[in-house]
Amino acid sequence: MRYAETGYHLEIDLTRGNVERVESDPRDTELYLGGLGTNAKILWDRVPPEVTPFSPDNLLIFAAGLLCGTPATGCNRTIVSTISPQTELLAFSMMGGFWAPELKYAGYDKVILRGKSPDLVYLWIHNGQVEIRDASHLHGKGAVETQELIRKELNEPKAQVAAIGLAGENRIFYASIEQGRSSASRGGLGAVMGDKGVKAIAVRGTKDVNVARPEEFLGLCKEVLDYIKWREENPIKGVMPILAGLGSPQEMKVHDEKWHTENFMWGNSRVRRKEFWTEEIAKEWTDTMENARTRLVSCYNCPMECGATITPPDMPTYMMKCFTKLTYTMAAFSNLDFGLKIAQKATEYGVDGFSAPQVMAFAIELYEEGILTDDDLPEFPEDNEGRFYYLLDKIVRREGIGDVLADGTYWAAKKIGKGADKFAHNTIKKHEQLPLKLSMLNPIYFLMYSTGEKINITQIEGQFPQAPFPKKEQREEFVKDWIQVPDEKFKQYFVDWELRGENSIPYYPTPPMVCDIVDWQERMHYIDDALGMCAGLSSFPLKPPYHIHNYPKFISAGAGIEMDEEKLTAAAKRYRTLVRAINIRRGMRRKDDKPPENHWKKRFPELEKELLDTYYKYKGWNSEGIPTKEYLEKMNLEYVSEDFIKRGILTESDDAPSEETPAEEATVEE
Amino acid sequence: MKGEKKTKIVKTIKIDVDKCNGCRACEVVCSAFHASPKYSSNNPARSRIRVIRDPLRDVYVPVCAGEYAVAECAGRDKYTIDGKEYDECAFCRASCPSRQEFKEPDSGLPLKCDMCEGEDEPLCVQWCLVDALTYEEREEEVEETEEQEELEIGLEALASKHGLQKIMETVARLSKKE
Repeated sequence: MRYAETGYHLEIDLTRGNVERVESDPRDTELYLGGLGTNAKILWDRVPPEVTPFSPDNLLIFAAGLLCGTPATGCNRTIVSTISPQTELLAFSMMGGFWAPELKYAGYDKVILRGKSPDLVYLWIHNGQVEIRDASHLHGKGAVETQELIRKELNEPKAQVAAIGLAGENRIFYASIEQGRSSASRGGLGAVMGDKGVKAIAVRGTKDVNVARPEEFLGLCKEVLDYIKWREENPIKGVMPILAGLGSPQEMKVHDEKWHTENFMWGNSRVRRKEFWTEEIAKEWTDTMENARTRLVSCYNCPMECGATITPPDMPTYMMKCFTKLTYTMAAFSNLDFGLKIAQKATEYGVDGFSAPQVMAFAIELYEEGILTDDDLPEFPEDNEGRFYYLLDKIVRREGIGDVLADGTYWAAKKIGKGADKFAHNTIKKHEQLPLKLSMLNPIYFLMYSTGEKINITQIEGQFPQAPFPKKEQREEFVKDWIQVPDEKFKQYFVDWELRGENSIPYYPTPPMVCDIVDWQERMHYIDDALGMCAGLSSFPLKPPYHIHNYPKFISAGAGIEMDEEKLTAAAKRYRTLVRAINIRRGMRRKDDKPPENHWKKRFPELEKELLDTYYKYKGWNSEGIPTKEYLEKMNLEYVSEDFIKRGILTESDDAPSEETPAEEATVEE
Repeated sequence: MKGEKKTKIVKTIKIDVDKCNGCRACEVVCSAFHASPKYSSNNPARSRIRVIRDPLRDVYVPVCAGEYAVAECAGRDKYTIDGKEYDECAFCRASCPSRQEFKEPDSGLPLKCDMCEGEDEPLCVQWCLVDALTYEEREEEVEETEEQEELEIGLEALASKHGLQKIMETVARLSKKE
């Protein structure tokens, strides 16, 4: 008997319309856990680097994490993985909501899509019965609207539906997949779904999910719930309110936006408005939010209320969470009322709330600079709000200039030319980033930005405070009940960290300490992505209920796989390496491991080089960022080193890289 | 015809629909508690509490399974509360032929809330950290005779339908079985 997981995948060949239920190998669960881990294994095995994102041979995998569907609080994430059209690297965005547990109850751990359907279809998975159904009547329908229509059509109010909007159908490079209050937005997963001709996947399941050691497992869940209760009553002192509690940043709940509006950048991630937040604005925005917000809502089996149902005046209801609240507002130099209204349209179209507003702000800047003209933007409105609506409509339909902008700032700048690339300044690995520009280089964030293959800072950071607390007593107080650290040394790192002087950024923490800190933070995110745990209860907030000390117990009691901290760490490193290996095989190298040029004003090239060199070594990678043969063998990834040697990425005798693979320029232009 | 007074404990799960966040933790833990062996599996489709939810219309109603009803209601009601329309059956606790709720998914047998016999509080209440579900026990005085009266009325109705003789035969047969 398989515990926690069902042991079955659904393999769907869209070209032939074939559906198969395939048993998975339990040994893979031991090595790669599940979710992202086993997704990475499948993508390594079945999607060679020659496969382009919109090839029928690209796979789109929807995976429920290993512990999804068990009573583990907050474990509800679907990990969607594919090759991204925008970065041409592995994309593995996640969504919370209700879909992953429902898939488990239907009897599957993953849905693996391959090929392309000639006509628009949707999938209906109802326990053992799986249908590929016509979706021609859903062409152009909104992502939220589609979920409702399908539930009605199937007469299954309890079906969970993940759907794309017009953006996905038209293969916008930052199209999202929407589901209830959640979405898998980053990396253009929705575009691949649209390319495969799949409008939606509806799931309903009424089977059991088993756990190996029931009483023990429930005891662990109870401990987590008790800790959540305690932690909610004891917010962390000395950090801003959105970082003090658990869950995603509580953007739907908190009205005070002084910090975001005055520290994050407006427009095309350039303008800081230091005195923006006045009492008048605070009142206006609070009223806007309170009038539009119907209720704070949660994902499956989670007490945190990170999302909200939003009904802007005279508009349909949709659901929102986290920082999308402000991305449109700030990119358009507008107000919250505008932000909530355009987000309704954007959610129905199904676009990423990070990339989409930046692409539009980028276009406006190009217009103001005369790089885009009235020929490119006929009848372009005068006001910013009007321009945003105009651009959004053009982009999701790939009309005129919208067709160029639909690929994101990096590719659009290449196509537009005339120096437009200077305006596409806020990407990492071709992917738009949080609009944040700072002064002094932070060594921890430098490494996370550079090497994080989730290519999204909020999905890499957490655990370690973003900045030192001003007083030593405060830091000592903080570390007192810091049970989550994997090693006591982290407490000392933090206690000694000062705002100014010798022990301050950029030279403190020292490169070896930075390696420890970055590796720990990254590890927790990777474990979450295999288990299906929401980062909001684990890797993202300070002092979370799930950590490296109780996770092994959850896996042992839940999945029946004997686990300890060492074994869990090894597994996480193994599939983290596999993620890197997939990207290395697709041409990613050291040259790609860098933050946006202007992320920090004060840069330190020598220190940055030392940080990368030290971290690469720490990770078992050579100076080009390629995992070494020796390390791969130690990680039971011999098949990767064999492939690397066969392809000339590594050589047999040593780990010196062969000549650089120019994948970046070669594979894209068409 | 007043009988003796007697106190009984009324167990109540108080449901605050305004506080419900729609997470369905109640369904998860209910189904786990009632699994055999206890907690060995979970499956919200076996849960004895259901959240009737329709997020876009802001409808969130946790309902605990009540008695089994052999027949559908002849008429159905719709409630509008604070401008929100609640579906027919939204507040009904019955496992009945007209809907899927509160039936074992395999056998179709009806499910009924037992207030998690043996626990301090029903598990759904314990797991509801947002306090949409809270638990209350109160003592109520009831008259012994009431139940007998009810039984008599019921028997009379049955007798008029099937005849007294048939009822007596059935009772005799049933008592033999026991």
